[in-house]
Amino acid sequence: MLTITRALYDRIVEHARADHPDEACGVVAGPVGTGRPERFIPMLNAARSPTFYEFDSADLLKLYREMDDRDEEPVIIYHSHTATEAYPSRTDITYANEPGAHYVLVSTADTDGAGDFQFRSYTIVEGVVTEEDVKVVEEYA
Amino acid sequence: MAIEVRIPTILRTYTDGEKAVEGSGGTLSELFADLETRHTGIEARIVDGGKLRRFVNVYLNDEDVRFLDGIDTKLTDGDSVTILPAVAGGMV
Repeated sequence: MLTITRALYDRIVEHARADHPDEACGVVAGPVGTGRPERFIPMLNAARSPTFYEFDSADLLKLYREMDDRDEEPVIIYHSHTATEAYPSRTDITYANEPGAHYVLVSTADTDGAGDFQFRSYTIVEGVVTEEDVKVVEEYA
Repeated sequence: MAIEVRIPTILRTYTDGEKAVEGSGGTLSELFADLETRHTGIEARIVDGGKLRRFVNVYLNDEDVRFLDGIDTKLTDGDSVTILPAVAGGMV
């Protein structure tokens, strides 16, 4: 299960809305081993595409260096689908390289009447996708 | 010639969990071949058909090697190489 604060949930949704019709992407980092998402880091979609996202390579290096220095890990890796449901595509599964992360997918398909708004979370481990519940809290216990 | 290589989480199964290992070689290609001798299987995760895999980013010090000479990028003693899988995906 993914437990996330209302404030972080809202920031992910705002980012996805702001970048629509392009896919938005980013990370919520947290202290290593805690599984607690804390630091919201929106990333630039270097692909600037409605059907694809990729973190800019220089930004990616900076992000991982920074997390390393702060003893953080990517607790959530999020991106949006802009015209389809919030379920990992074959591409998402192929490039999922953080088995410990929650992969959050947001669908902004409702913007153009192409579907429902969705906020869903998954783990993706060696190609196996497992959906999990999302629990939104005011603050972490 | 010692070069520090920083290993991403997903590839640490090849390095006994180590975040960084040392290797040697005059180019990236030679470095990955050298790593392969001690960390069997790692080379194929980075290199495919003599080229860097599209969705694996390799940095020499702070520079993405795609903007240098790719897998033929020359290395010198004391360099630091970082491997990071791309964070990518999409709806298709």
